[in-house]
Amino acid sequence: MSAGLKRGAAAIVGVAESDLGAVAEGMSIFDLMAQGVQRALDDAGLSLGQVDALFCAASQSRMSALHLAEYLGIDPAYSDSTFAGGASFEMHVAHAMAAIDAGLCRVAVIAYGSTQRTIGRKTASAREFNPYESPFKPFLPASAYAMAAARHMHEFGTTRRQMAEVAVAARQWALMNPMAWEKTPLTIDDVLTARPVSDPLTVRDCCLVTDGGGAVILAAPDVARSLRHPPVAVLGYGQSVSHASISGMPDLTRTGAIRSGAAAYAMAGLDAARMDVLALYDAFTINTILFLEDLGFCPKGEGGAFVEGGHIAPGGRLAVNTNGGGLSYCHPGMYGLLLLIEAVRQLRGTCGARQVAGAETALVHGNGGVLSAQSTVILGTDATL
Amino acid sequence: MTIPLQTSPLAAFVARLRAGRLAYQYDPREGRAVFFPRVIAPGHGGPLEWRDSAGLGTVYSTTTVHPRHGAPYNVALIDMDEGFRLMSCVLGLPPGEVRIGQRVRVEVEEVDGDDPRPVFRPLESGA
Repeated sequence: MSAGLKRGAAAIVGVAESDLGAVAEGMSIFDLMAQGVQRALDDAGLSLGQVDALFCAASQSRMSALHLAEYLGIDPAYSDSTFAGGASFEMHVAHAMAAIDAGLCRVAVIAYGSTQRTIGRKTASAREFNPYESPFKPFLPASAYAMAAARHMHEFGTTRRQMAEVAVAARQWALMNPMAWEKTPLTIDDVLTARPVSDPLTVRDCCLVTDGGGAVILAAPDVARSLRHPPVAVLGYGQSVSHASISGMPDLTRTGAIRSGAAAYAMAGLDAARMDVLALYDAFTINTILFLEDLGFCPKGEGGAFVEGGHIAPGGRLAVNTNGGGLSYCHPGMYGLLLLIEAVRQLRGTCGARQVAGAETALVHGNGGVLSAQSTVILGTDATL
Repeated sequence: MTIPLQTSPLAAFVARLRAGRLAYQYDPREGRAVFFPRVIAPGHGGPLEWRDSAGLGTVYSTTTVHPRHGAPYNVALIDMDEGFRLMSCVLGLPPGEVRIGQRVRVEVEEVDGDDPRPVFRPLESGA
């Protein structure tokens, strides 16, 4: 028997967002998760009674899988609340896939909810004290990404205008997504002249602060075949945890995505050139540039030039963050689950105005902490299996 | 029987800071500096030795934080000459004028009611 995850051992069969943006007063994160679960089950054509595994993570609950099980009234055969910030949910995909392949479960729900906009970011995600960093009052996570951006500018000559291109492209995609938070156009100058947060980043280089959540349902291939939508196969997975605090990151211009991406491509038997749609965790504009480089879409240091001229915007050479991303669509704090939802919809061909024609493969890249945890999932249509 | 540690890595670091020294740990097996202070060496779990830094380093990266209320201030990552990196701030010049590659020297700053902080000031040019 060969070790490791097996290409195509599970498929995504249902996806749904919960309410997003600014949700009704008093909504709990489990209200949002339950909304997502029921909508995703409807999307798949499954019922709650068929769910035998729960995966979830939330900054507002230490024992989220327990609370979700109680809320849903199920006693799952398998559960996991691995927590790696925004990279959690891509890790959950791998863990669910392994559990399905091992025969521990057949239908796995991955869920997320956050009410950080309603209750305030400080309450939703309390900063942990680090005696070697906290005395200097970095504005985290922004200051960590700001220092990665400063270093990238220093080493490679990346410019503020190039970083602003990332925000402008995300906004153009968001204007084609009715679910997106941002509804008005954005220019490069708007980004450059916005309120400074942590130099070189302005508020328009930073992700949104919204409520939101959702659910993704994975199933064994034989279950997946008979459901409402064509299954979306999990073709590859890789992860890396290179550090936790930004002062422990070995090189601020080289992320763990180099390692996570290489592992995911190897498992999928595909490379960057074969990816039709990208969903990259854009917590800050520099993320998109770093991940395009580290995942092999351009050489190291050329990410800034790569995004120039609207090349990742609608009509550009590469479809990146077609929902509008964490920058312009929705960012409830741990955005990684929403990346998976958009990638699946693209592979189903149901994205309407922003649909990438003939998309057969998608790369989903989660990022957690301060570039700390990286998790890459490669998805494909039946034709890619 | 194992002997309980009498001093935590953090307490040992702060005690040296109070005596005006920026301490770090040295991993004799790998021949490299380790920071933040730990009870075992990362990677292999062997013992670590305490050493004092000569106090000289280079700005690895820098940012000016703009709080909603109050004056902007500097946060930086400093690469010390002994081969370890720490978060700190560079004082004595406007926060936006701190530059990557700038040479800096540590200074222990007393903090009312709290542990002292290792902060940095620019070296005279040519140092």
